[in-house]
Amino acid sequence: MFSYRNINVKYKAVVIGGSAGSFQPVTKILSSIPKDFPLPIFLCLHRLKHVRNGFVEALSIKSTKEVQEPFDKESIKRGSVYLAPANYHMSIELGNSISLSTEGMVNNSRPSIDITLDSAAYAYRDKLVGILLSGANKDGALGMKKIKDRGGLTIVQSPEESTINTMPTSALEATEIDMTLTTEEIVKYLIELDKLLKIKHENI
Amino acid sequence: MYDIEIADLRKLIELVKEKYDYDFKNYAMSSFKRRIKRIVELYKFDSVDALVERLTHNPTFFDEFVSEVTVNVTEMFRDPNFWTILRDEIIPNILSNHNKLSIWHAGCSSGEEVFSMQILLEEMGVRDKSHTIATDIDSAIINRAKEATVSKKNIELNSSNYERYQGKYTLDKYFTEDKEKYNFNKQLLSNVSFRKHDLVKGQVFSKFDLILCRNVMIYFNQTLQNDVLYLLHESLFKYGFLCIGSKESLIWCDIANKFIVINNEEKIYKKVKE
Repeated sequence: MFSYRNINVKYKAVVIGGSAGSFQPVTKILSSIPKDFPLPIFLCLHRLKHVRNGFVEALSIKSTKEVQEPFDKESIKRGSVYLAPANYHMSIELGNSISLSTEGMVNNSRPSIDITLDSAAYAYRDKLVGILLSGANKDGALGMKKIKDRGGLTIVQSPEESTINTMPTSALEATEIDMTLTTEEIVKYLIELDKLLKIKHENI
Repeated sequence: MYDIEIADLRKLIELVKEKYDYDFKNYAMSSFKRRIKRIVELYKFDSVDALVERLTHNPTFFDEFVSEVTVNVTEMFRDPNFWTILRDEIIPNILSNHNKLSIWHAGCSSGEEVFSMQILLEEMGVRDKSHTIATDIDSAIINRAKEATVSKKNIELNSSNYERYQGKYTLDKYFTEDKEKYNFNKQLLSNVSFRKHDLVKGQVFSKFDLILCRNVMIYFNQTLQNDVLYLLHESLFKYGFLCIGSKESLIWCDIANKFIVINNEEKIYKKVKE
């Protein structure tokens, strides 16, 4: 359930995982957040391994922000949206950069959501918001547990709304999820978070 | 669940440097941590300390450690379009300037890119003009590359990459089927020598027209990427080509300006300054 208590100025990044059925909610989120939403957003979405082009463009069309596939060791910029490239795992490094890797598949996936979530949880600790959307396998469940264990906020798309609910359901089984929300509520959460972060920014 | 902290890794890195003279301190932390976690789980160590203990007292374990710490996931004709450009633009360019072609696969792993290159050269009819050196830090994986086998589960991916590359035939022309694997036609490796080499130690051993170092430096931090680029630069003839992975970049390295971009999509660079 949506709770205003989870809106907190401490958050420094948002990470979103999804697979089958997540394109629509992701697009909805990206088209609804304010253009100047201040936190970096990391997207790890399952995708075809050999199709390098087209996905980032498809996501960018409706997005208020440009979506980019980062290069290895690229510095993380405030308010940027990063998509894990095809056939690479995407990790967040300490020291504010992104690294890519071609390690073996995890949960039959490269990029693997667990890898992105786990590394982000390590880098951002309790200052991370993790969101897991519709999907047909359990990738991301362990990563959500890592986020929870390190004090971050965990949100899953409600299984009722999810086109395929294996992914959110697996996360709900793996760890305590702070909020189970519809796409619309996820958007509302991010907009409220944006407002609070901007108030904080103005007061400094 | 067991979580590894940076302090654990530091201790391990120090021991390995001191006792074995391999330096992992400038490896990218997130992937290095995952590799160590994997080793700890694979060998059922209680902790990283237990791994350190084993490495301290059991030098024969070190080779296995290196094998597990390095990432050996590779495929033939990965990024088919890259290989098409190599065939249609880069190699003709080199051969239009001189009659010989020297190639270095830096970080060759189990050899899939070496096999791909030899097939490419064979199909172009220029394999006899080429000499190739393939190196890796891991002796076990070099031996596997020399054996020239590809596991059955990868053959489908390799074949579809080869098709996208638009090779002349089908990939099975170059393989014979065995029980668990496919054997690559070793005659195609007659102009290839494999040897052990650690990019981190930075030793220049020859000069080349073409270097492939794709998805190798992603396991290094920026400091080490910068150092390795000096080595690759020095190992290239002037106007030689350097190929890195499609999502790697040179732009933040000190000597990036000694290269020009030939193909940005496939990350092919040309050395234009000594």
